[in-house]
Amino acid sequence: MRHVISILLENESGALSRVAGLFSARGYNIESLTVAPTEDRTLSRMTLVTRGDEAIIEQITKQLNKLIDTVKLVDLSEGPHIERELMIIKVRAEKNMRDELKRLSDIFRSNIVDVTDSTYTLEMTGDSDKLDAFIKVLDEDLILEVVRSGPLGISRGNKRLSI
Amino acid sequence: MELSGAEIVVQALKDEGVEYVWGYPGGAVLHIYDALFQQGEVRHILVRHEQAATHAADGYARATGKPGVVLVTSGPGATNAVTGIATAFMDSIPLVVLTGQVPTPVIGSDAFQEVDTVGITRPCVKHNFLVRRLEDLAETIAKAFYIATTGRPGPVVVDIPKDVTDPSVKIPYHYPKKIEMRSYNPVDKGHLGQVKKAVDLMLAAERPVIYTGGGVVLGDASEQLRELIEVTGFPVTNTLMGLGSVSGTDKRFIGMLGMHGTYEANMAMHETDVLIAIGARFDDRVTGKIAHFCPNAKIVHIDVDPASISKTVRVDVPIVGQVKRVLKDMLKVIAERKSGPNREALAQWWERIDGWRGVQCLRYDQNGDKIKPQYAVETLYKVTRDGEFYLTSDVGQHQMFAAQFYPFEKPRRWINSGGLGTMGFGLPAAMGVQQAFPDAQVCCVTGEASILMCIQEMATCKQYNLPVKVLLLNNGYMGMVRQWQEFFYDGRYSHSYVDALPDFVALTESFGHVGMRVEKPGDLEGAMREAFAMKDRFVFLDVVVDPAENVYPMIEAGKGHHEMHLSPHLSSDRELA
Repeated sequence: MRHVISILLENESGALSRVAGLFSARGYNIESLTVAPTEDRTLSRMTLVTRGDEAIIEQITKQLNKLIDTVKLVDLSEGPHIERELMIIKVRAEKNMRDELKRLSDIFRSNIVDVTDSTYTLEMTGDSDKLDAFIKVLDEDLILEVVRSGPLGISRGNKRLSI
Repeated sequence: MELSGAEIVVQALKDEGVEYVWGYPGGAVLHIYDALFQQGEVRHILVRHEQAATHAADGYARATGKPGVVLVTSGPGATNAVTGIATAFMDSIPLVVLTGQVPTPVIGSDAFQEVDTVGITRPCVKHNFLVRRLEDLAETIAKAFYIATTGRPGPVVVDIPKDVTDPSVKIPYHYPKKIEMRSYNPVDKGHLGQVKKAVDLMLAAERPVIYTGGGVVLGDASEQLRELIEVTGFPVTNTLMGLGSVSGTDKRFIGMLGMHGTYEANMAMHETDVLIAIGARFDDRVTGKIAHFCPNAKIVHIDVDPASISKTVRVDVPIVGQVKRVLKDMLKVIAERKSGPNREALAQWWERIDGWRGVQCLRYDQNGDKIKPQYAVETLYKVTRDGEFYLTSDVGQHQMFAAQFYPFEKPRRWINSGGLGTMGFGLPAAMGVQQAFPDAQVCCVTGEASILMCIQEMATCKQYNLPVKVLLLNNGYMGMVRQWQEFFYDGRYSHSYVDALPDFVALTESFGHVGMRVEKPGDLEGAMREAFAMKDRFVFLDVVVDPAENVYPMIEAGKGHHEMHLSPHLSSDRELA
């Protein structure tokens, strides 16, 4: 099962490596990991996507909680939540393709943020499936470069992850 | 009070009530050593290798319950300490390890004796810090002690760059009395509802077993555990780390369990219907094959570390809390119940256990002219049983023989590296224990391979007049490796024969100590009595033992508790089921 885990960490040097080290040392897999400071500069918020059966996810959350730098943690997959990922993608945009690419970009509600005579660079947000879908509809030869942020997550409703 | 960083380090140790620091000087910690030199409260013990500093501090911590403190320099000082840090980590021993670091402006430049200590130690510490600012130093040290000693204890490394200890820069000193961390709040009390559920199971049990580990020793819950056994009459088995938490001579103690556990303990585990695990972590050497582990049991697990619960074995009633607190609550709940345990079923259960006991799985044959290692440990018990006695060990066959044949009366008396299995642990650990208890008898039981890994510490013992006794069970082999090669590699003894051993008596004497060699069974007790009578001398007993002896019972890795190999000396040979 895919799980999205959100963690509030002390914004200390080395906190990120403790999380990454935990995953490699115990053989858990990380699909993606994003981290940045929050509105409170002493805290970082991390969104981590991992896969595993129930027992492994239980161990992962316990081991993460055990890290001294972990302030709070929630497995967002346990309830309704929103996920968003940012993708910036550079595609070949020769004359005959430019209209089609613009249309596709509109359908996926992305923005073209850079243009040259032979390329478009698009930015797009959405859940990971949507970004995957966009890549899928493009001819492989058109894709020059892809950069993805990994998902961010937040729970729906009144629930919040804060101290 | 204005202090330099170096003075802050020393003053913080005083404020923590630290008596001893084990260490080794070097460039990055010279300022701290200078501050140590100018005071008399904190005593520094100079070891001969940084690994020994961590083991000695670890031995001290295990015997006293207080945190052990280590001071080493950057680079090789820190890397040499890593084995000892990992040893403490695996057994949850509170250590505060202060490591020097190159000055902050050159960190990351591959400076002389620079190593990323925080990076290297990260996977084997409870937590670590790099102190970049003098202003953070006192509070960081306070946090290190707090983290090391609370919750599930463990080693904490504080890496201190040299410029932070600069004697010419002074700031006002303030040592926090109380540490509060929003990200670290260890649990204390267990959930009462869970305790009640556990008691329900226990009182209804027909074939209960209490299985306890190092957590009972470290959590100072031995008294409560003994009371629980008194009240319930349940059989109890200990892990290697849990020995001494109940008296080794108590009738309700059915011996150690696991790979080299007793027949009765392992069979009871296999047949139990309610297992009460207390301060134990279901290590693979204890459980054997998970699929065969306690196949008929409901499991209660009390542990201070939530991550230990359901890690390898799924449990039915988890209780997270300090073992001592939880056991107190449990005893109260039991006392409030109208009916006690099922005495009738229990009597039948004890009959079966006594039947397994009748196999006498630890029996060995001491009729030949070679000293059996088991006999050596039994003789040690005979000679030391009446005094204040601490036994440390290294790792291998001798460790298992000691665990099987020395019945410990009290907790914190059996000191060995269980989790990491660190050869070289025994002698320095014994130094730490002896330092804490100068009048007690402290003995390190060891093998000729293990002892050579920290043999240089005989010099430390000389310098500080530590009257440790070393009992070397010398079989000329890495005995446990040889045993596995005999069983599983058709007797191909690949590199397990320790060719070219030193003359241990001469070696010991060259360090200024007393060395003795014993070869005949009849001479052993006399030699031991003579050695232990030398109360102010370090004595090294080189006891030549039967090289062919193996540790029994044995469960092969990946087998179940009911699939033990028993000693060929026993009539009902091999795999009983």
